[in-house]
Amino acid sequence: MTAIVNISLKQGVLDSQGKAVHHALDSLKFTNVTDVRVGKQIVLQLDTEDKTQAMADVTKMCEEILANTVIEDYKIELH
Amino acid sequence: MKVAILQFPGTNCEYDTQHAFETLGAETEIVWHKSEHIPEDTNLLVVAGGFSYGDYLRSGAIAKFSPVMKAVSAYADKGGKVLGICNGFQVLTEAGLLPGALKRNEGLHFISKHHHLKVANNDNTFLEKLSKGDVVNVPIAHHDGNYFIDDAGLQELEENNQILLRYTDAKGEILNPNGSVDSIAGVCNKEKNVFGLMPHPERAMESLLGSDDGVAMLQGFLES
Repeated sequence: MTAIVNISLKQGVLDSQGKAVHHALDSLKFTNVTDVRVGKQIVLQLDTEDKTQAMADVTKMCEEILANTVIEDYKIELH
Repeated sequence: MKVAILQFPGTNCEYDTQHAFETLGAETEIVWHKSEHIPEDTNLLVVAGGFSYGDYLRSGAIAKFSPVMKAVSAYADKGGKVLGICNGFQVLTEAGLLPGALKRNEGLHFISKHHHLKVANNDNTFLEKLSKGDVVNVPIAHHDGNYFIDDAGLQELEENNQILLRYTDAKGEILNPNGSVDSIAGVCNKEKNVFGLMPHPERAMESLLGSDDGVAMLQGFLES
């Protein structure tokens, strides 16, 4: 099973990179962009087909190391 | 007085830190991250600056799982004094020994220069040799020095006098180089035995090299 973890700064935490990309897009005349958030994606290959177990495991990984929950949110997708 | 200095793969300020504390008359020992113990007679444990584990994932995120960190937590829990400088500050926040987190600098650039700092609180071992409102000049060198804490956390820091230093200009007026909440450059825990700051007092030991303001800061640990 593949787990895709998307990590981004929480709403309310200023995303300087997102702001810089937004500014760059604006300079390139992509003026219909209202907000940009930059995050990171971590793709994990798991040795299990049990979705419940996989979700529990990856959630624990996110809480312990993959994300810093003081400033970041994470979303997990399983495929 | 014995100062133990942690060394992770990618740490690069351990010898500056060693030099600084030995200049002040302390005995020092560098402790490799694989060690599961810290020397028994340690009076101060320093998590030195650098780029532990290449700053992979997040600055300080991998280092918190090094074998030595369990010993660091146990030492801090027993009231042992811990000082994290720069990457060491990032490691201590990641490990949950200090509140908040360090984000990418607001301007996205690595900043390396001398910067003024104002003492916010001195009712702690670290800054007791200085007075509240004193301005010191100390080098900063970081990419992820943008201190973040939520509003409730900030209020708690203020109420408990946990804010140690704020970035200012030479006159002590707020001048924020990296976007830190409330211009915070360093904090301590509620119990006031774990300290962290982004600036490098160990690089401000000789006026010939720009400033010796680090002497008064680090001396606080020696005379307690």
